[in-house]
Amino acid sequence: MSGTDLKLLGTKESLFTYRIVWALKLKGIEYEFVEEDLFNKSPLLLESNPIYKKVPVLIHGGKPISESLVILDYIDETWKNNPILSTDPQERAYARFWAKFVDEKFYEASIKAFFLTGEDQAKGVESIAEALQFLEGEIAGKKKFFFGGEAIGFLDIVVGWIAHWFQFVEEVGGFKVMDSMKYPAFDSWTKNFLEVPVIKENLPPHEELRRVFQGFQQMGLAAVGAKE
Amino acid sequence: DISSQLLFFLTPFLVFVLDKVFCSSFSVSKFLQISVTMASRGVVLLDFWPSMFGMRIRIALAEKGIPYEYREEDLGSRNKSPLLLKMNPVHKKTPVLIHHGNPVCESLIAVQYIDEVWKDKSPLLPSDSYHRAQARFWADFVDKKIYDGGRKVCSSKGEDQEAAKTEFIESLKLLEGQLGDKPYFAGETFGYVDVALVPFYSWFYAYETCGNFSIEAECPKLIAWAKRCLEKESVAKSLPDKHKVYDFVLHHYT
Repeated sequence: MSGTDLKLLGTKESLFTYRIVWALKLKGIEYEFVEEDLFNKSPLLLESNPIYKKVPVLIHGGKPISESLVILDYIDETWKNNPILSTDPQERAYARFWAKFVDEKFYEASIKAFFLTGEDQAKGVESIAEALQFLEGEIAGKKKFFFGGEAIGFLDIVVGWIAHWFQFVEEVGGFKVMDSMKYPAFDSWTKNFLEVPVIKENLPPHEELRRVFQGFQQMGLAAVGAKE
Repeated sequence: DISSQLLFFLTPFLVFVLDKVFCSSFSVSKFLQISVTMASRGVVLLDFWPSMFGMRIRIALAEKGIPYEYREEDLGSRNKSPLLLKMNPVHKKTPVLIHHGNPVCESLIAVQYIDEVWKDKSPLLPSDSYHRAQARFWADFVDKKIYDGGRKVCSSKGEDQEAAKTEFIESLKLLEGQLGDKPYFAGETFGYVDVALVPFYSWFYAYETCGNFSIEAECPKLIAWAKRCLEKESVAKSLPDKHKVYDFVLHHYT
């Protein structure tokens, strides 16, 4: 299915970009991937997302859409095959609530845990544990493979980056987050998610991602060092 | 019938007793759900009067003409009700929209929910998917920038406050630019972004007084837009008096 003039501005390391890749691939939509250099942002990116100047940005028929959750909604409304959101308003509100939770609480906590040290890092790690506890409760309560039910949906795509990110955390970050004894349902979800063909075939390259994380970590530590 | 009327009137007393005896047991929560649902044909709003987020939901419900029960949570007293803790265990915050006993948390999510359930009256989101995306983007921008921005203006001093004011005005100007010469953000009709932003207007007087500046001088079109929104009954009856808000800010932020 063609997207007729559909561009995705993103990077291979951006886990938020991958949400959009997964949604487009799930719906079989053709698009052009435009790799951005975040240290040297293209005029197209700056023009398409002047407010935040970030990826991902979806450009459809020349019209740009920014913010990954907004883009996911747009994709689901424009290409109605293989829906990722339920039609039931309550289920939609549920998915949106947890998506916001992941993007705010979980993401913030991860930044702290990953880029800071000492007490701040400890707080970050604690917040991650709290957030994981909530997610564990939700997926365990569903008694299904995925947040979307038998097949992946909006919330799985949104939470997806966590599944991939865990692999680097212990290695690069030097702290333990995922404990399959404490979070058995979430652990199963992670394994099942990474096995879904569309996901498995569209994951950021391991080596490159590790390098990027290490790079960010150096920058973060340097920034902290510079402040002190 | 008699038993449901009795239940309705005795609810506050029984909740108090059961809460003390059983704390957070299943029986209390089930009881609460039943009483809540009966009280208002299924729609309850747990709210806190100065909350801009709560105002968004009040406006949306009023736009659609939906009767509901308003329940004030006194967040100032730090005594969160068992109902709030049950309905929003993750954030323990208001506003929470409760429909047929089921909670919807986060104000913009609740507004979208209201728009989807009562879709035949006064639609808040545009029908075109690109314009919907734009509406969602800008409402999200309001969430990211305006609350914290205004809060910083009220709670900081000196150089920090000057920086906060500059940043806050910049954000408002971006919104003003997006509004342009249109009567409302989406065009001719009052909608989602208007609902997301107009509650903050009730806080402008507090921001201006704390920061000693005039928002109207910087963003006249935005103020004109706010006043236009206030001509709508749904907005006028959902926003508190600006002096009350300022008093609240004085006691809690400075």
